[in-house]
Amino acid sequence: MSETATPATGVSKSLKELDRAVIRFAGDSGDGMQLTGEQFTTESAWAGNDIATLPNFPAEIRAPAGTLFGVSSFQLQFGSQRVYTPGDRLDCLVAMNPAALKVHVGDLKTGGLLIVNTQAFDKRNLDKAGYAANPLDDPTLAERYRLHKVDMTALTHEAIKDLALNAKEKDRTKNFFALGLVSWIYTRPLEPTLEWIRKKFGKTPSIAEANTRVLKAGHAFGETAEIFGEHYAVEPAEMAPGLYRAMTGNRALAWGLLAAAQRSKVPLVYGAYPITPASDILHELALHKRFRVRTIQAEDEIAAVTSAIGASFGGAIGVTGSSGPGVALKGEGIGLAVMAELPLVIFDIQRGGPSTGLPTKTEQADLMQALYGRNSESPVVVLAPATPGDCFYIAYEAVRIAAKYMVPVIVLSDGFLANGSEPWLIPDPATLPPIEIGFRTEKDGFFPYLRDPATLARPWVRPGTPGLEHRIGGIEKQDVTGNISYDPENHDHMVRTRAEKVRRVAQEIPPTSINGPATGDVLVVGWGGTYGAITAAVERTRAEGKSVASIHLRHMNPLPPDLGHILREYRRVLVPEINSGQLVRVLRAEYLVDAVGFNRVRGLPLASEEIHEAINQLLGSQA
Amino acid sequence: MSPSGADAKEAPKYTKKDFESDQDVRWCPGCGDYAILSAVQKAMPDLGIPKEDIVFISGIGCSSRFPYYMNTYGFHTIHGRAPALATGLRLARPDLKVFVVTGDGDGLSIGGNHMLHVLRRNVNVTILLFNNRIYGLTKGQYSPTSELGKVTKSTPMGSADRPVNPLAFALGCGATFVARAVDRNIQHMEETLKRAARHHGAAFLEILQNCNVYNDLAWNVMYDKEQKVQYELRLQHGKPLLFGPADDRSAVIMDGVVPKVVKAKDVPESALWTHDERNVNAAKLLADLFAPDFPVPIGVLEDIEAPIYENVLLDQEQRALSERGPGDIAKLLTSGDTWRISEGA
Repeated sequence: MSETATPATGVSKSLKELDRAVIRFAGDSGDGMQLTGEQFTTESAWAGNDIATLPNFPAEIRAPAGTLFGVSSFQLQFGSQRVYTPGDRLDCLVAMNPAALKVHVGDLKTGGLLIVNTQAFDKRNLDKAGYAANPLDDPTLAERYRLHKVDMTALTHEAIKDLALNAKEKDRTKNFFALGLVSWIYTRPLEPTLEWIRKKFGKTPSIAEANTRVLKAGHAFGETAEIFGEHYAVEPAEMAPGLYRAMTGNRALAWGLLAAAQRSKVPLVYGAYPITPASDILHELALHKRFRVRTIQAEDEIAAVTSAIGASFGGAIGVTGSSGPGVALKGEGIGLAVMAELPLVIFDIQRGGPSTGLPTKTEQADLMQALYGRNSESPVVVLAPATPGDCFYIAYEAVRIAAKYMVPVIVLSDGFLANGSEPWLIPDPATLPPIEIGFRTEKDGFFPYLRDPATLARPWVRPGTPGLEHRIGGIEKQDVTGNISYDPENHDHMVRTRAEKVRRVAQEIPPTSINGPATGDVLVVGWGGTYGAITAAVERTRAEGKSVASIHLRHMNPLPPDLGHILREYRRVLVPEINSGQLVRVLRAEYLVDAVGFNRVRGLPLASEEIHEAINQLLGSQA
Repeated sequence: MSPSGADAKEAPKYTKKDFESDQDVRWCPGCGDYAILSAVQKAMPDLGIPKEDIVFISGIGCSSRFPYYMNTYGFHTIHGRAPALATGLRLARPDLKVFVVTGDGDGLSIGGNHMLHVLRRNVNVTILLFNNRIYGLTKGQYSPTSELGKVTKSTPMGSADRPVNPLAFALGCGATFVARAVDRNIQHMEETLKRAARHHGAAFLEILQNCNVYNDLAWNVMYDKEQKVQYELRLQHGKPLLFGPADDRSAVIMDGVVPKVVKAKDVPESALWTHDERNVNAAKLLADLFAPDFPVPIGVLEDIEAPIYENVLLDQEQRALSERGPGDIAKLLTSGDTWRISEGA
């Protein structure tokens, strides 16, 4: 980190340049911390930085105020270099109450900036957070961190004392004070937030006025208060030129489906039952009826998947989305789509489990469920996006493969990707590969299970096509004719055929891109939302002069055809996952390589620091 | 694509044979399903719908083999889920005529939830529920419509669950068309089938069906000549609720809010209960009538109109399209907050 002090023009306080910073806003779940973080993210995007975010909130909608489990936080890292993760250790923590301080202060770097709202540190809140004494009076806190005690509540009320709002309404705007203050500290532009306030509260001018004033008051406080001796600038990052937007994983999945619906010229039906953290996909799709995307809020997870299958049978693109518990319920339905050989896309936004588990926290423990979580031999294609923006391409690709091969495709996203956002280079949709859907209408030589020689796909026939009336179902059938068959040899043949069809999807997978040397000491193999943490750790290790590379799998089944060869080009293989070792088990079984896992299952993304350590340990253990 | 159903296209002149598939029918000899299949195939030509526009969706169970024997489009799906699958199909393809074939186990036990929702949403599907009060395909366990105390393989000392009444269930779900037919009353079944098929919205038709292997003569009250004469109450819109032998007619009348059976000759005509298919509350009372204390109503209990689920959604789509034109992903991607990073920035 370069911290060269440069005299700033026009301001009396010194402006230091940083190449990156990690900030976390933390408070009660009703304190508006998610909004504060999102707005700070937008400001940083305006400033041209690369960004990665990590929202973290309790499962309860309004957890009791002041409690430890009611703490909600939003973390982001922004930088003038490529930013791969939301960051491990914090440069700055904003704690709106004692509970937030207690939960998060351990993540703050020694010497880091700690900003607290003093008025929230009253007896009641201290009790709720389990503090016997006020931690702000403990001198060690100020010794370890650059502590700034700010009575944000009082300053907020002062800024809007003449507005006709009640005390509660006034109180609620204090997150904008925090935002204004931190925006000053990191020289973020206020314009996007002012614009947001104008749009959001256009109909309630008094609220708009209050938020605007409080935001500016926080900003002015930083500039004028004696306590802040310096502030920081983070130069724009060198990013590929083009038009950018902030993108979350769930929105990207939804928009990927819209792109697929438009390109394929076929209606898309999305069946879903509300579940965290997947519901936002349903909400987003419901906004875009103009794309002929039809949404069903089904009565349960099973109806969600079967309504999607019904739509596919009718010649639409059937898609369903859920999280792990819901996908468990969909298992039999997915099996039906395997048997009926119909296109179907299933989103699994993984969360902590088993059972209800940690609904709002991230995990990668549904890989085995996706691969094997159904009765009997039930192969499906499994894809996994690497970043929030990648969700767009993966959703599109899932539809393309499902339709081309007449096969279910499971997409494994996770809570981190779903809610996390990144600056996303907007693609030209015309450059996406075509989705070719050729419904069969030719009567001559038609059989329901006649197969395309290249893909083994059976014909997709829309009911309503004269002369092609036929029946399909979940019972085993004779290949080609589709007639019910209990013949032993035929069943064996069909089991192999369904597997081979999925295997042939490998011909769609581009060569694996390797981050680092093509041969070396350690290869780190990752999948899903750990992309950023792994890449950052590997680049750091390589900067230390070590021979380390990484690859990130987006196709989990079938695996890339070149994977076996790549794995053998390194002395050791490390597989970091937020589960107890699922991909590593697949790789060991598939390729007989002595891959080792690095596994933490805390409901949080892996930290690049710990992956870095694991790589070094593996390097050390072989030396 | 017209959301109003499949009646826009002109259908060729069909005969029953056109609806027979090439598959061997595999129900037990003597099964009531044969009569139902024959009645459905016979009713089809009268509906005037091109057969390529007809889809039969089923779940699991003896009844659910039905689609294989119809020379239309068909999908034999998984246990209990046919109504949900049909909902997705209708939303994707409002131009198709969709039938759901189910049984008392498939439709009211494992699929009870989906049955509830397809009915309350009023999805435009025709639901045929074959009720034989037994699990046949799994070889003879009691079903959700079996009588309390039913002795079966799984209940050697008698079942402990009280049965569900399919008609009362359907009405409770807000169904817009509810009717009952009997597998051995072919002509009446055909007529009632056609009424159900022509209904706009979810039509629920319970067919009392005989499982001669595991629950023979469960509906003997409707089969035995003497009993049938005594108990069959044919519902006819606008006609009084009269039943029993021609020379000794009985009537169902309302005694306060309680139905009561009286001799027809003992009450003035003005006291008779006139059947009104649009009266939902009356239908709910009718649904609960059964022998031996009451007659067994057959025919259409209720036929009303209500918004159709997929039509409402497709109207919204049309509105969105006409107000703002078709969606354009390129425009959407660049909408809202964006920023440009230029070369060498």
